[in-house]
Amino acid sequence: MNNEYIISLIKENKRIGERKLDEYRDIEITYDVSKNAEGSARCKIGDTEVIAGVKMDIGTPYPDSKDEGVIIVTAELSPIASPLFELGPPGSWATELARVIDRGIRESKAIDFKKLCIKEGEKVWMIFLDIYPINDSGNLIDASVLAALAALKSAKMPKLEDDKVVYGELTNEKLKLNKMPVTITFGKINDKIIVDPDLKEEEVLDARLSISIHDGDIHAMQKGGNEGMTIEDIEEMIDIAVKKEKELKGALK
Amino acid sequence: MDKRADGRKADEMREIEAKVGVIKRADGSALFKIGDTIAIAAVYGPRELHPRYLQNPETGILRCNYDMASFSVTERKKPGPNRRGVEISLVTEKALLPAVDLSQFPNAVVDVFVEIVQANAGTRCAGITAASLALAHAGIPMKDMVAAVSAGKINGKIYVDLSKDEEDVEDATDIPVACTARTKKITLLQLDGNITKKELIEALILAKSSCEKINKIQEKALLEFYRQNE
Amino acid sequence: MTSKLLVKEKEIVIPGQELAEGLDYLPSHGSFREGNKIISNFLGLASINERFIKVIPLTGRYNPKINDLIIGKVSDIGFYGWTLDIGCAYNAVLSIRETSGFIERNDDLTKHYDYGDLVVAQIIKVTKQKQIDVTTKGPGLKKLIGGKIIEVTPSKVPRMIGKQGSMITMIKDATKCNVIIGQNGRVWIKGETLDKEILATKIIMKIEQESHIEGLTDKIKEMLQEKE
Repeated sequence: MNNEYIISLIKENKRIGERKLDEYRDIEITYDVSKNAEGSARCKIGDTEVIAGVKMDIGTPYPDSKDEGVIIVTAELSPIASPLFELGPPGSWATELARVIDRGIRESKAIDFKKLCIKEGEKVWMIFLDIYPINDSGNLIDASVLAALAALKSAKMPKLEDDKVVYGELTNEKLKLNKMPVTITFGKINDKIIVDPDLKEEEVLDARLSISIHDGDIHAMQKGGNEGMTIEDIEEMIDIAVKKEKELKGALK
Repeated sequence: MDKRADGRKADEMREIEAKVGVIKRADGSALFKIGDTIAIAAVYGPRELHPRYLQNPETGILRCNYDMASFSVTERKKPGPNRRGVEISLVTEKALLPAVDLSQFPNAVVDVFVEIVQANAGTRCAGITAASLALAHAGIPMKDMVAAVSAGKINGKIYVDLSKDEEDVEDATDIPVACTARTKKITLLQLDGNITKKELIEALILAKSSCEKINKIQEKALLEFYRQNE
Repeated sequence: MTSKLLVKEKEIVIPGQELAEGLDYLPSHGSFREGNKIISNFLGLASINERFIKVIPLTGRYNPKINDLIIGKVSDIGFYGWTLDIGCAYNAVLSIRETSGFIERNDDLTKHYDYGDLVVAQIIKVTKQKQIDVTTKGPGLKKLIGGKIIEVTPSKVPRMIGKQGSMITMIKDATKCNVIIGQNGRVWIKGETLDKEILATKIIMKIEQESHIEGLTDKIKEMLQEKE
């Protein structure tokens, strides 16, 4: 209902809540929000809230990477978080979200999968990273990635006895993260670029771009939205992403 | 023998925390934490009900869904519904229905979603208690509030609010109970184990009085929510 | 048996709470009788008017009532007229007969009100099945052009309007904005400048959050004076 209003605000470089075009809402990360998980965290960006949980198990490696552990990322878009989510198997948005998170972690080599090998070809660690949005007020991608990184970074390896996991007993050994590939999501509305689109802005934006970045290196990108972008748009977004990386990393401490 | 492993008395519940308004997009929401069990509930509605064949022209319907986060339990639960979740969704609805008045909403639905974020026994009870708070927060017409807690029998003695360790004791009997605040009727009753009539009545009386204590905490949470803007 | 009030005027009550006992008191909106007692249906404010006890809910979606002024969004158009989304489980119907302006038999209805248009209308009928009829025949009832819409909790609307419109008049005068408040919790604001609209929005949101607190009117007056 407010589409024209948001567009008219953006024309004057204004946003609802008096944010600047390149400003994030308040970011808050809490660790250890679910005790039975090997690692867990909650990330709030404004009113958007996502919980990520890490569970580990022993499994067999994929045939084409016999000496590597495995990570499986799932996003559960429970109707608890939005009147637009329905019960049922993961739809295209849940799948896209999970794959975008996965790609950022995988392509940045944030996890050394070879270290997760117990016995080549037979036994490796399997990391289940499950993302549960609790409230969708826009920009689930960035909140999910931050929650995921926080959960992974604080995850502790469970105890192994006879090559079987002893649940409920954690060692003090952390699952090591070599990189923190945070994701910065942009929206394009008319000709303006905004960072961290909130719920109403998401409904209005022409295009969306999420950039996964670590130490200035870009590891993953995902474009969404119905309209196109120019190369200049993308350059501008990358420049802003490089600046924003520090701020997001700071929230992870 | 009377102290439990965590130092509690037989009629003592674990530490409770209740908060209303935790999910901004929902019409109503609440968090209920008891010991290490954390339940979040969201209410959406009254809203249009699809598919149409589910609509009731005489009254609105209540639809509940209970889900456990995959990482909420020690051994990961695959995301998505399972048979246990379906059953608990159903008994949750039956536990809440006597307390709501949906006669003003023909053909519409009030959706209640419960998510267990951390599980240490008593999850369906925590979910029902959170759901009752969320319904009140959502402004759904209600006749009463509902609270729930599990009672149990271990080694011949009756206890309230069993922890996971207690539930896992061999031959322990677990009895989840929900009770309305004002009319004090039992709207959820399940049992698995082995129990005599005398023991069961003792458990029900204990559960009922514990529910009354939870009702006071629910009232406080609802009033807190109102006051937090002052 | 003597009747007794169990709550005070403007006391915050919860669902299932006993408000009064005895047969001298009568339930009104938001409360019901069970046996000897009057009981609250909602989390809200108790309000006592002689023998009638009502509860004004703090929260909740819009409950359509006859004569309410509402702001609806056109969601469907048919031979009958228009269907309006009014923000609750039920849609309102604006029939051709009840529309202001002259509409010829084979007119393209979208020329009058199109999909997505916002319309100020008045409820003229609500059936038990919650079929809602509205009209745009009447002063102030029209299509809304430009401006912005905010959504607030319907139960806060009376506070935003104020006694005999005192609050809404104060806001309009101070911000020089056009403001229309629908009972269904939709507020339309149109001002000369974006800044004025933003100020009016802030005031409305403040009322939404603090409607139950004493001294609100003075706080609002302060806010408006500061900005001048």
